[in-house]
Parts: sequence; structure tokens; C-alpha cells
Amino acid sequence: MKKLKKFFGAAYLGLIFVFLYAPIVTLIVYSFNSGKGRQWTGFSFTWYEKLFNSASIGNAVGNTLSIALLSSIIATVIGVISCIGINALKNKSRAVYMAINNIPLLNSDLVTGLSLMLLFIAVGVTSGYPTVLLAHITFNVPYVILSVLPRLRQTNKSAYEAAIDLGAKPAYAFYKVVIPEIMPGIISGFLMAFTMSLDDFIITHFTKGPGINTISTLIYSEVRRGVKPDMNALSTIMFLSAIVLLVLSNLVSKKQVGEVKAAAGEKKSKQAV
Amino acid sequence: MKEKTLITLEHISKSFDGEMVLDDLCLDIHENEFVTLLGPSGCGKTTTLRIIGGFVTPDKGKVLFEGNDITNLPPYQRELNTVFQKYALFPNMSIAENIAFGLKIKKKSKEYINDKIKYALKLVNLEGYENRRPEILSGGQQQRIAIARAIVNEPKVLLLDEPLGALDLKLRQDMQYELIRLKNELGITFIYVTHDQEEALTMSDKIVVMNQGYIQQMGTPEKIYNEPENAFVADFVGDSNIVDAVFLRDELVEIFGAKFPCVDKGFGKNKPVDVVIRPEDIDLLEPGKGSLDGVVTHIIFKGVHYEMEVRTPDGFEWLVHSTDMFPVGTPVSIHVDPFDIQIMNKPQSEDEEAIGVEE
Amino acid sequence: MKNKKLLSLPYLIWMIGFTVIPLILILWYGFVDSTGAFTWDNILAIFRSEHLKPLGISLALSAASTVLCLLIGYPLALILRKAHIKKSGLIIFVFILPMWMNFLLRTYAWLNLLDDGGLILNIAQALGFRGNIVGTNGAILLGMVYNYLPFMILPLHNSISAIDDNVLNAARDLGANETQVNTRVILPLSVPGIISGVTMVFVPSLTTFVISDILGGRKVLLIGNIIEQEFSTASNWNLGSGLSLILMVFILISMAILNRYDKEGSTLA
Repeated sequence: MKKLKKFFGAAYLGLIFVFLYAPIVTLIVYSFNSGKGRQWTGFSFTWYEKLFNSASIGNAVGNTLSIALLSSIIATVIGVISCIGINALKNKSRAVYMAINNIPLLNSDLVTGLSLMLLFIAVGVTSGYPTVLLAHITFNVPYVILSVLPRLRQTNKSAYEAAIDLGAKPAYAFYKVVIPEIMPGIISGFLMAFTMSLDDFIITHFTKGPGINTISTLIYSEVRRGVKPDMNALSTIMFLSAIVLLVLSNLVSKKQVGEVKAAAGEKKSKQAV
Repeated sequence: MKEKTLITLEHISKSFDGEMVLDDLCLDIHENEFVTLLGPSGCGKTTTLRIIGGFVTPDKGKVLFEGNDITNLPPYQRELNTVFQKYALFPNMSIAENIAFGLKIKKKSKEYINDKIKYALKLVNLEGYENRRPEILSGGQQQRIAIARAIVNEPKVLLLDEPLGALDLKLRQDMQYELIRLKNELGITFIYVTHDQEEALTMSDKIVVMNQGYIQQMGTPEKIYNEPENAFVADFVGDSNIVDAVFLRDELVEIFGAKFPCVDKGFGKNKPVDVVIRPEDIDLLEPGKGSLDGVVTHIIFKGVHYEMEVRTPDGFEWLVHSTDMFPVGTPVSIHVDPFDIQIMNKPQSEDEEAIGVEE
Repeated sequence: MKNKKLLSLPYLIWMIGFTVIPLILILWYGFVDSTGAFTWDNILAIFRSEHLKPLGISLALSAASTVLCLLIGYPLALILRKAHIKKSGLIIFVFILPMWMNFLLRTYAWLNLLDDGGLILNIAQALGFRGNIVGTNGAILLGMVYNYLPFMILPLHNSISAIDDNVLNAARDLGANETQVNTRVILPLSVPGIISGVTMVFVPSLTTFVISDILGGRKVLLIGNIIEQEFSTASNWNLGSGLSLILMVFILISMAILNRYDKEGSTLA
């Protein structure tokens, strides 16, 4: 009986595993196909060559990385500073503040994207790199605040007071005692913001304007035009680099990867809302 | 014991969100004294300590330190250090770094800091712990480090906010002796906050009993225990029987219709008073031989003594501690030696309870 | 102490500028016509058949994908709870890994299997299936379940694995069999996880236009596609805003219903 149960459990896991990975494996296999169609015509690196020689893809990768990095750094700075302020607010004002902060998380990306697009049009800004950056900061800060604020509220207030008691000025005490304590929250907030930004399509789609592309928007315009084997190659590279990054960080620190994974999971699950 | 006054609190008032926590509190703390602020939670004892430490600014009143007004001086400029309730060690630093924290800010030399760390660790019996991390230490050890971290700065006053609150009973008792020893070795003033009356009685030179923002009584442990000035102090410090009585005349008090000789004078004639009798001061005699007859209704063995309850005809249950055993149902008679009867004025109003602010 | 509060001010201004005002703009555009005069037309436009049908399909597909994700995800979360900690960590990792691939590429990946010449279509045709998979509601549903399943698994796993073993043992001690433990103890305790999972699958399914763009073969339009087109190609922002408001009402209603079951308040709301 128990063995049977175990077998069904394993079979169930296996089925879901196949469901999750079949498309990815197919994609990887096709990326090495020499032909353009879905018929296997032989192994080749054609699509990878095409990929690396494409200026538009290079541009998109550059934009994606720079927007993700800039927006997550700025969002982290804004988020941490705001958390100190929020922490000092009275319960009622804090609740109102957090309610506004959570709007982008609860709202659908479609509405957030549209509303920002309307804003940029209303104030007469031409959409482009800066508007995308502003939009990304806007949806990134809430993640930073959500991961830093609980940490900050948990910190042992006496440790900060002890530092002041021992002669430290408030700013020094904050830097020496509080920042190290909330560091895991800052790191996971930053990583969440970074990955959210990397992965975003919908909000970028509405705020980017015609001039620029990120990886996501480029893929969107490509795949709508039918079979694009170079996109298979791009997927393969992105998937493999994700694995390499995750394994690397696993090697660097077992403990930290837990946080990263948790953050990634949280991010992904929050992204939906 | 006339000593120099180190800290003076002058007419301190403080309220949080409209709630009065301290009301016109005055207190002198002398050099080299072990002062304990004792009271139930919410009595204002911690707020008083935090005002001295500089973490709370009073709404009214002044804090003087060696005669200088330090009311608005930030904590980092005060010559006193605090040991916090939950240790508050810096989790991101080693033990040595924790202890060195204050000295590094004062830009002391490396040799000086290392010597101080060694000295402080030796003082708290944790030699060789320099490179450990705070989280692997037990609660008692963390507390010793917190003390070491404070005393290396050579403060004139050490503030301790319920430092033993999180420890278990046995450890707490050990640490009490440890603290007394430390205080004597360092020769500095300790201001100690606790709600544990036993702790206060064990360690203090002076106890300040507080309730609802007022000082109820101030004095040596013996005085507080033996001569409580009001029912609150009597009830809070130790077990006690507090009964309504009439002060007939000097050296005679009537309790439940029975006359008890006492040693107090000057409460007037036929005046209603409160009387405090400690349970260990009651002797149980054969019926008729004492002042008031009754029957034993409960008995519990407590180790060093039996704890009994004796019901007298008026319905009052007397708490009695005795090494002699009287089974439930035994008729007995209550006898109290005159000097064991403590007479207190009845409180006229709530404000009246605050009498005794000045010694 | 007062100056600390001031640190919350810059971001407050930011939020007002980039979150609150934009939403007010949608509200504004939704209730005026192109000349700026007040109108109900943009809202009432939802009752036109070319809008009502996509909304119906969107609601049906997002409800179906939510139920499917819950049905697939819940047993999985139960299995994960029983698995050894080290093993369950690995399983979670494996199940989350696909999410690290770009959302669009993940969806596009199915085209390789379902479209002409794709493995699954080939097998289906060999078995006598005639017609297309791409361009059907089924294909879009598949895309939704595939993309959003992890959003269901994670909160379910988080809430189910957090249940104290002692609670389950207490139930067993009091005579509950394994089925009763599952239905009377684990299920009620996992309600917060179910609720966040449901929100996290339902809302993006309801508003998606990407999945239908890629797997719908231009034959299936969801309400998300209609709104997206009003903004990008038709440039009728008033109509687009009006329809988005309708969509937001549905999101709010679903959250309100869910929140009533969420006593713990453990979802983001």
C-alpha cells in the first residue's frame, strides 16, 4: 500500500516534470537544427551565429541589463531610505502608506503599464529609455520595501540604542548596527527588483515607445511573425545562463542561495498579482 | 552613609500619547550606590531609566549629572552606559568587536583596547571568548558580554534594564551575586530596574518602589520590607497580610475586635489604619492563648516552611508561614509580637498614595 | 526623531506621481470622450458583442486555468510536504527553474510542439486528429496553466510546509485517518496559501494578451487583446481606459471574495 502510494507520488512528479520541461527541451533541440522548419535537418550552430551577429539583439540585451541594473539600484536606495521613514510613522499613516505602496503589486501589469503610458503622454514626455527606467523603478520599489521593512521592524531596537549608548552618533550607529542586520532584506529586495525588471514585458511594452527594445519586447515582435529559430537559440542561452548563475551562487554560499531562491520564488509569485 | 549626589531628577514628568507615565518625579542617586527601581510593569521604572540614559526626553523637569543639566544631552555624550534587557549584542560582530565598539569610537589605541577586552572578559569570567560570535553564547553569557561591553567605557553609572529577566531561576540567582561582586570591584553606581522584589531585596543598597508613575517608597531593603509605608508597598514586596484596623491609642491597635499591642505612636486616637503583618511574623498558639482565635483551612508544604491559611471568625484568611505543622481543621490562636505589627495611614485619595516621595 | 519620518516623503511623492495620478488618468479617460466631455459610452461599450465575447472567454479561461492549477498544484504541495527536506528543496528548485526563462519564450516554446510539424500535433494527427491545436481556446488554456502553475505551487507549498507536525500528530492521536487529516486539518490551514495562489493565477490569466497573441493564432481574442489594441493600434485611449476599468472591477471583486476567506490576511492585500 505504502509502496503503491510512493509510486503514484513519483509518477505524478514525473508527469509535471515532463509538462514543465518538454517545451524547453524541444526548444533547445531545435536551436541546433540546421533548417528553419520543424523538420530535423542536421546539427548546426547557424542560429547562434545569426544571434551573435544581430545588432538589434545586442542592443536589446544591453538595454535590458542596464535598465534592470539601474532601476534595481535606484529602487533599492529609495526603498531603504523610505523604510527608515515608514518605520518611524504611526500605525495609521503607515497602513495608508503601505496600501499605496502595494497598488502596483496588486494591480495587473496591464493596468499599471497603461496608466503609466497615459501619464507620460499627459505630461508630454516622449517614450523611450528614460520612461522605461522610471516605470521599472516604480514597480521595483514596492518589492524592496516589502523585503526590507519586515527586517527593519524585526531588528532589535536595543542594539541600535546600545550603539548610541556606547558613544556612536545616530548615523554611525545605523550604518554599523542596523544596516548589517537588514542586509539580507536589502539583498533579496535588490535581487527581486533586478529579476522583476529583467523579466518584465507588459509594462515595458506600454512605456518604451518605438525607438528601443528590451529582450522581452524584441522577442514579442519576433515570435508574432512566425517561426524564428534564432529565438530558440536565444532561449537556450538564457536558460543555460540562468542555470549557471544559480549553480554558481549555490557554490558561493549555501545559505545565501536559500534567500535568493526564496526571493526568486516570491518574486515570481508576486509578479502575478 | 552621606555621599556625594551623582544624579538628580528634578520634577520629571513624561506622558506617551496622552498617557501620563511619570508625574513630577524627584529622585537623588548617590555615588557608589546600588539603586533599584522596583515596580510592576507600566509603573514608569523603565521610562525613568531611559530618561537617565538619554533615550527619552522628559516633558517637564531636569536631569542633573554631577550638578550639570544633561536633560537634552544625547545618549552618546553621556558618561553612563546601559545594559539592555535582551542583551542587544551586535550580531554582526565578534565578542571582541562588541566590547571594543565604544572604545573604537573614542579612538583608543589598539593596545589599550586589547588590554581592556582582556580585563573585561576576565571580570565577567569569560576569558578566551574574544573570537566567538554572540549567537552561540547562552543567555547568561550574552548578558555578561553586554555588561563587559558597557563597563570597558568606564562609565560613572551603569544602567541595567531588567538584565536578568530572560534568564532561568538558577542562573538569575547566580547572576545576582555576580552583579554585587562586579559593583564592589568596579566601585561605580548601579541603577537597576526590575519587577522582581526578591532581586531588589538581594542586591540593592536602596530600593525605589514605584507604581503608576509615582514613587511609593524609598529606602534600604530592610526598611522597605519591614516598614512598608502603604498597602501597595507591603503587598508588592513580599507576602503580607494587610488588614483594616483601628489605632486605639499609642502602642495599641484593634484588629477584628481583638486588641494587639504594638510599638507605633502618634497615629491619633481611635483612627482607622491599615496594618501589615508578614506571614512569618505570626505565631500560632493553642486556642485562647493568643490575641485572635481561628481555624486552619489550608496547608501547603513549601520546603523551608509550611504555608497555612487561618480563618478567623470575621472571615479573614490569614497567611501564616511556620516550621510547625497544624493540620487543616486545627483550632489555633494568632499571636504577633508588638514590633512585628506595621501601622500605615489609610490612603485618603490616589494622590495621597504618592506621599513619601522625599525621604 | 521627527526627521526620520521625513525620509518617507520622497517616495510618497513618487508614488503619488507614478501610481496614484496614472490611475486617476485611467479613470478620467474612461469617463470622457475624445472631446473631453463626460460619457458612459466607454464603460457601456463592454456590452457590445465584440467586447462581451472576449470578456466571456477571458473569464472562462482564467477561471478554468485557476481551477486546473489548484488541482495540479495541491497534490504536489502535499507530496512535497512529505518528502525529505533536502529532496523537497531540490524538487522546488527544479519546478521553479523554468520560471527563470523569459515568459514570452516559455510560451513560444509550446509553438514548437503544437504548431504545424510540432511533435504533439504530429502524434495527434497520427491518432486521427484533424485540425489545429494552435488557435483554440485549449491551446491558450494550456499556455496559462503552463505559465502560472508555479505561482500556485509556491504559495501552496509555503503554507502547507509551514504546518506544524505536532498539529497533524495531534489530529491522528485524536483518531483522524490520513484523509481526515488532509481534509480537516491541512486543508483549512492552507487556505491563505490557496487564496494567494488563486489570486496569483487568476489576475494575470484574466488580463493576459501575450499568451493569446502567441498561442491564439490571431483567431482567439481575449479582453486583454482588445484593450491592448485600443491603446497600441487603434489609439482609442478612452475606450481602452473604459474597458480597463471594467477589468479592474472584476479583479477587485475577485479579491474581495477571496479576502473574505482569508482570515489571516496573509496575502498581500
